Amino acid sequence: MATEENTGIGASVLRKEDRRFITGVGRYTDDIQVSGQTYAAFARSLWARARIDKLDTGVAAAMPGVIGVLTGAEMAADGLGGLPCGWLVKSKDGSDMQQPEHPPLAHTHLNFVGDAFAIVVADTEEHAQGAARALEQSVEVTELTPVVSLADATQSAPIHEALTSNVCYDWEIGDKAACKAGFAVADRVVEVELSNNRLIPNAMEPRAAIAEYSTGTDELTIHTTSQNPHLVRLILAAFVQLAPEHKLRVIAPDVGGGFGSKIFVYSEEVSVAWAAKKLRRPVRWTATRSESFLTDAHGRDHLTKAKLALSSEGKFLAMQVATKANLGAYLSTFASSVPTYLYGTLMAGQYATPAIHVEVQGTFTNTCPVDAYRGAGRPEATFVVERLVEMAARQLRADPAELRRVNFIKPDQFPYQTPVALVYDTGNYEASLSQALQHADYAGFAARQRAAEGRGKLRGIGLSCYIEACGLAPSQLAMNLGAGVGLWESAEIRVNPTGSVVVFTGSHSHGQGHETTFAQVVSSTLGVPFDQVEVVHGDTGRLDFGLGTYGSRSIAVGGSALIRASEKIIAKGKRIAAHLLQAGIDEIDFQDGVFSVQASNQSVTFAEVAFAAYIPNNVPTDEVEPGLAEKAFYDPENFTYPAGTHICEVEVDPETGKIDIIQFVAVDDFGEVINPMIVEGQVHGGLTQGIGQALFERGIYDDNGQLITGSYMDYCMPRADDLPNYVVDTTVTPCTHNPLGVKGCGEAGAIGAPAAVVNAVTHATGMKDISMPLHPEKVWRALQRKRRAA
Amino acid sequence: MNEFSYSRATSLRDAVRSQDKSGKAKYLAGGQTLLPSIKQLLDAPERLIDLSGAGLDGIEVGRKTITIGAMTRHADVAASAQVREAIPALADLAGRIGDAQVRNRGTIGGSVANSDPAADYPAALIGLCAIVHTNARKIPAEKFFVGLFQNALKSGELITKVEFEIPTGAAYEKFANPASRYAIVGVFAASFDHVMRIGVTGAAHFAFRWAEAEGHGLGVKDLSNVSLDQSRFNSDLYASATYRAHLVRVLTLRAVSRL
Repeated sequence: MATEENTGIGASVLRKEDRRFITGVGRYTDDIQVSGQTYAAFARSLWARARIDKLDTGVAAAMPGVIGVLTGAEMAADGLGGLPCGWLVKSKDGSDMQQPEHPPLAHTHLNFVGDAFAIVVADTEEHAQGAARALEQSVEVTELTPVVSLADATQSAPIHEALTSNVCYDWEIGDKAACKAGFAVADRVVEVELSNNRLIPNAMEPRAAIAEYSTGTDELTIHTTSQNPHLVRLILAAFVQLAPEHKLRVIAPDVGGGFGSKIFVYSEEVSVAWAAKKLRRPVRWTATRSESFLTDAHGRDHLTKAKLALSSEGKFLAMQVATKANLGAYLSTFASSVPTYLYGTLMAGQYATPAIHVEVQGTFTNTCPVDAYRGAGRPEATFVVERLVEMAARQLRADPAELRRVNFIKPDQFPYQTPVALVYDTGNYEASLSQALQHADYAGFAARQRAAEGRGKLRGIGLSCYIEACGLAPSQLAMNLGAGVGLWESAEIRVNPTGSVVVFTGSHSHGQGHETTFAQVVSSTLGVPFDQVEVVHGDTGRLDFGLGTYGSRSIAVGGSALIRASEKIIAKGKRIAAHLLQAGIDEIDFQDGVFSVQASNQSVTFAEVAFAAYIPNNVPTDEVEPGLAEKAFYDPENFTYPAGTHICEVEVDPETGKIDIIQFVAVDDFGEVINPMIVEGQVHGGLTQGIGQALFERGIYDDNGQLITGSYMDYCMPRADDLPNYVVDTTVTPCTHNPLGVKGCGEAGAIGAPAAVVNAVTHATGMKDISMPLHPEKVWRALQRKRRAA
Repeated sequence: MNEFSYSRATSLRDAVRSQDKSGKAKYLAGGQTLLPSIKQLLDAPERLIDLSGAGLDGIEVGRKTITIGAMTRHADVAASAQVREAIPALADLAGRIGDAQVRNRGTIGGSVANSDPAADYPAALIGLCAIVHTNARKIPAEKFFVGLFQNALKSGELITKVEFEIPTGAAYEKFANPASRYAIVGVFAASFDHVMRIGVTGAAHFAFRWAEAEGHGLGVKDLSNVSLDQSRFNSDLYASATYRAHLVRVLTLRAVSRL
């Protein structure tokens, strides 16, 4: 389908947005300057858990430059509602999950270090911060015993007085009895206890917001760093009740990375908007990096016990998983769904395991709320499945690739109903495994291992065959499972009289390159030159309602909406062309931007049809409405199921425990690919975050609930010199239920990589297990223990 | 960040004269620790005296020593043909400090005066029997570092240059903190004919000389039973004192094997 310039579907077109990003002329929230603007800073809890006894704002209000000090109590008095959680999960016994109050500004209790309790507005950032620090020092509190440890939280007294315990829900999926029966007949059972380390998102651009209130029109405009501006508007209107939806405009301009953390609605943008309305002044705020560490919703943080039952031939018979998931102090916007419907449902992995049962206790602790972070539930599920499978292979002394192969769901088994609710539409797991093994020269590993031994190094190779469910999601299915919003996507295509096209999408790009990919799709479909397609996103004032970008959904759902809108444009174009060419509508063909009469040499171009749509000289407007603009709302039929094999090869220095990743191969099946270069970039980013989780990253609170990894001096992000050159390739089984045959690629790297790394390191060292992140001392100590035991 | 006044000294005399009697003004010698500290409100000096125009930079090679001016940037030491010729391990060390931004602003005098327990230079100062020259006196490196961020400088005393002995051979082994890239342990080994010198940074509250190891000579193959005083060893998220002690032994052997 690629056009002559090769800008069509399947072409590695350079990204349109990079010119402005690379030359430093992007327009991020913090770049926006507003006349009369003021600066906000937040007074935040220094304690993990405390009751506010007295908050006197007098001293802070009298400090230089301070315009207003607004507290949680005033916000409550103004009648503002709390921040809602958008997914109602039910426990095994049918009861609703427990939901603590989540006021945007705390006014009675402080529940984690960083919990905001007042907003200070001043003439400069320094003045605002000075007064906020003064409030933090002067607020009188009674310190309460915090609950920090996930392992102990369910037994501890509830951190929220209104709740009966720290258990948000006790959820399950799958058939427990069938699972038990599988274990009863098993020849071998493999058991493991795993932790999935807490991660801090670290988007390059910190969260920020600017709110302007017009006293003349009563309109409130908020620029903010959101992956999902319509959701911000909906929550501010319907739940917080700050302003009616038609008087609210939320704009997410250029956004510098999100990884999930910018889906959610936070205290700060709500408070900034409230303050702007109350003080009648534009109010701006940009998080410091320290605030980002403390308050951007964290990711992962699970403790899991899992076991796998196998037959004597190495067939998987049953799998049992019990997980404690840390939800933090409050329920963030989608927190409840991540360790349940985005986790338990993925436990089949790529395997035809007949019986699976998963139990999850969602748990409150006095820590930053935990919500979706790149992969969201699916990396945690893959880690459980792929560590179990790897350990099974080692215990059976079977080839890990072969054990996986014999248990794969076979290509002729699709559509495949898993024991945990999902129906996989298509896939060919053997194909990606074989290709990955070739790229990794799996057969040559033994020789490389011997060579490494000669150099005093321990070499290992590890596989991870992951699956993910993307393209969230069939709305009715999601809402039956407790989702509070539908998960379709909107698209509008407006054709200008000169034939250029503006595309409006409800999904949002914050690094993914939609302005390029979506332009490729529309350019290919309508035959309009690539550079004449403009993609608009991220502004509730310009777009139809949309659901933003997360869960690798944009091309599968938003792209499908574009196809539907394009089809409507072509249908109307044919009617116009029929008049222009004086032919019957059924005689008109459309291809490569040209409408033509079948079996004739008569034709008009797309641009000519666009012109005639707006200057309807030979088109009777009583038969064809003027104009050429169409909308579509696309609700997917099913999830999409990207899958693939990642292979990691490492060398461990036994003297220091330091790990070097020598090679990393990723072969992914994303279905059809629109822009291979962008997809490869997405895989690189995902792998790097996955390797970061395995080797480096962990958010750590001390026993008092203080975050001790609150800066880059202590929280280790992966860097280029920590990583090998990746070998990235794809296989293709087109998605069967969307018009582009696409599946989504944004999260795959982060989902597959951690297990591949840990499997490689345990292989190299002969350890049974080791917890992430694999810091050198931890590896060294494990080797010491092993040496002593031997 | 709090407000402060700024002045730029034009000479060593000017720099010394600009200092308050109380010693409250802070010297700015690259600012790669001081400025982040001020930004994070960990420090709030009222006055900064920038030394970058005081004529304190430059590298001089003598017959037995190489002398580096206090305001010489890490990047200049790393790139210096003279240093690479006389003590390649010192150039190598300078090229591995922090990141490119730090190396282009940070200076040897600033680093030594800060006496960060995980800084790289102190290992070299000890390993190369350096003399720290100040506006008032000369201090041997071994007596310079005395505690956690503590050194022998008196209030208002200013480092002017650092004089290193040129060794027969030298090597620096660094095991970096994966997050901060500071040295969890850094070992600078140097040989002066048959005499060996070992400077260790990162491991303890301040850089120290591991004299017990030195006596085992250049051919040493095992240091596991050599005594190592761990009473003031550091322990943090990434490395316990025990692990640091182990690394000191491993890295010392590796450095010595390269002499």
